[in-house]
Amino acid sequence: MLTCSQKPPATQSSGVTAPQLRPASSASQPRKKLSTRFAGGLLLLALLALALMLSVAFGAREVGWPEIVAALSGQVDTIGDATVASRLPRTLLAVLAGAALGVSGGVMQGLTRNPLADPGLLGVNAGAALAIVIGIAWFGIDKTTTYIWTAILGAGLAAVAVYAIASLARGGATPLRLALAGAATTAALSSLATAVILPRGDIGGLVQPWLVGGVGGATYEQIMPVLPFLTAGFLITLLAARKLNLLAMGDDTAAGLGEKVAVARAMSAVGAVLLCGPITAVCGPIGFVGLVVPHACRLLVGGDYRWLLPFSALAGAVLLTFSDVFGRLVAHPSELDVGIVTAFIGAPVFIWIVRNRKVGSL
Amino acid sequence: MSHLTHQPAARFSQMRRAQARQRWRMLAMLGAVLLAGVMLTLTLGQSFTPLTTVLRILGGAEVPGAGFTVRELRLPRTVISVLTGACFGLGGIAFQTMLRNPLASPDIIGISTGASTGAVFAIVVLSMSGPAVSVVAIVAGLGVALLIYVLSWRQGVTGGRLILIGIGLAAMLQSVTTYLLMRAPSWTLQEALRWITGSVNGAQLDQALPLLIALLLFGGLLLSRSRDLETLRLGDDIAAGLGIRLATTRIIIVTSAVALVAFATAVSGPIAFVAFLSGPIASRLTGRNGSLLIPSALVGALLVLLGDYAGQFLLPARYPVGIVTGVLGAPYLVYLIIRDNKSRGTL
Repeated sequence: MLTCSQKPPATQSSGVTAPQLRPASSASQPRKKLSTRFAGGLLLLALLALALMLSVAFGAREVGWPEIVAALSGQVDTIGDATVASRLPRTLLAVLAGAALGVSGGVMQGLTRNPLADPGLLGVNAGAALAIVIGIAWFGIDKTTTYIWTAILGAGLAAVAVYAIASLARGGATPLRLALAGAATTAALSSLATAVILPRGDIGGLVQPWLVGGVGGATYEQIMPVLPFLTAGFLITLLAARKLNLLAMGDDTAAGLGEKVAVARAMSAVGAVLLCGPITAVCGPIGFVGLVVPHACRLLVGGDYRWLLPFSALAGAVLLTFSDVFGRLVAHPSELDVGIVTAFIGAPVFIWIVRNRKVGSL
Repeated sequence: MSHLTHQPAARFSQMRRAQARQRWRMLAMLGAVLLAGVMLTLTLGQSFTPLTTVLRILGGAEVPGAGFTVRELRLPRTVISVLTGACFGLGGIAFQTMLRNPLASPDIIGISTGASTGAVFAIVVLSMSGPAVSVVAIVAGLGVALLIYVLSWRQGVTGGRLILIGIGLAAMLQSVTTYLLMRAPSWTLQEALRWITGSVNGAQLDQALPLLIALLLFGGLLLSRSRDLETLRLGDDIAAGLGIRLATTRIIIVTSAVALVAFATAVSGPIAFVAFLSGPIASRLTGRNGSLLIPSALVGALLVLLGDYAGQFLLPARYPVGIVTGVLGAPYLVYLIIRDNKSRGTL
């Protein structure tokens, strides 16, 4: 079981035996073979390539290969070229958003030791949305960078509040309590957001994109400011992956193995918020991606977060890009926002997870 | 010997009488407060109309100026508020009692959301109006209730699983509602808000009759089962042992409760947390003796009536009632989550 060949060498130095212990959360999901992981990784990469091609090729207007090639090489001469060119930033945003939300959900599940954690269900996206609405209504913010900072602030506050509410009860944050705390917070925050919007008829149109999440109409100007935040978020969460493995064994065990539990928690939370906050600022609330993706990846690579998080990034990008393409095809010539598509994929998975857990742990 | 057994029985019946008295006192008080609330909303708005004038207008007299205000602006709002509130209160307490969990109210487990999605679908996609919308809303509400029950069935249904599955479905339905509203041709924020948070803006008196019929019919059905509902509180096994036909009783209760919630939702939208709050408040007020159905209906009516009044006149801007109750209800939900887990099943 503890064969070193399965480990990336870099992490073996200081953790002594700790990283090699199987995380408690993966008890039901035995460690996967390296070959399974590689096969899974290759499959995901192939799917991502396919999704990218479909996303560029399909949409309201039909285009041919010459137009796609022309647009990809930077020429914008015909309407077809322009159509393809406008799909490029959208595809990029779908990939980024999917990856960020997937990783963010995985980190939240590890952090809260809770299979139902997801930025949408826990009210974190609602917090980001409320912060942006307040920012627009009261402080007149209008730059993407300001949106992002505001969203991060709102998402962070909501995350802390929800987790605190669920943990205050005796017995700690069970999935049911977290889900309820998330639902209550979402209800209160959206009521507040509506209360802020209503007296201001002038901003009704401005805030509309934050009601349903979508990647349509994305521009490079919107995407560029997000990149530094996402980079920081990915780096922090990857660094926190080993800590998440330890946290999965329980706070006491993690502390006993020399991990500073509070630091590990704070670091993972900051990483998760840095990933989902900016995405909500640009796309609006996209739910369920953070729930579905890590669970699917656990089947593929097991419960080790050092593998789970990169795979979640890849799988999240695949899921969101495919969902976006699907949304464009199913409602042709109009389109379905990607937030709706992910809700329809995610709710059945949510129900499946709930059904497959023991009653006592709910 | 007979002396010894007689005395506790006498004391018990005395206690029962005292409880019944307290219950009637509480009911009378709730009724009086509701009546006062109705008077308040009819007399005092942007302008003040004396009570005698209001009564004369209601009696059919023509009073220039005030006649329009009272009959066209205030009366429909008040009537619809009271009726929808009572429907939500009844539907909520029926679910909470039957499932023995205050969190299992129709607005938390997604039944109101389902009815709302159905109503929006009927209006936006099928271009329906009037009673047809209510029918679609009820069918959707029942469908969602059935779906939640089937999905949470796994060698029996537990409260926790049912609530979680309801939350998951509600999140999905909510996004459908929002999407449909944003695609609707005549999208206005006010109209959209009715279907997302609930509002009695633009209430019409002709909406009141179907609502009143639904309230009398399904509320009466629930009241006729109030004794069974009380017995169900003791647990399914005990209730079955006491001679209650579980399946029949459940079907009647669920159908009536969903119909009440769906009828109300078709008129006012899913007014946030009214179904969830009414039962527990009524339980606190009446000291938990006897059926909670009527107290909850009164509390629900009061919540919507006063919530709407506060949203209209007491706050710096005019807000729909769902926003007021949404902000009020969330802290109570938080309190329920934080409170010790052991007492969770008892309301």
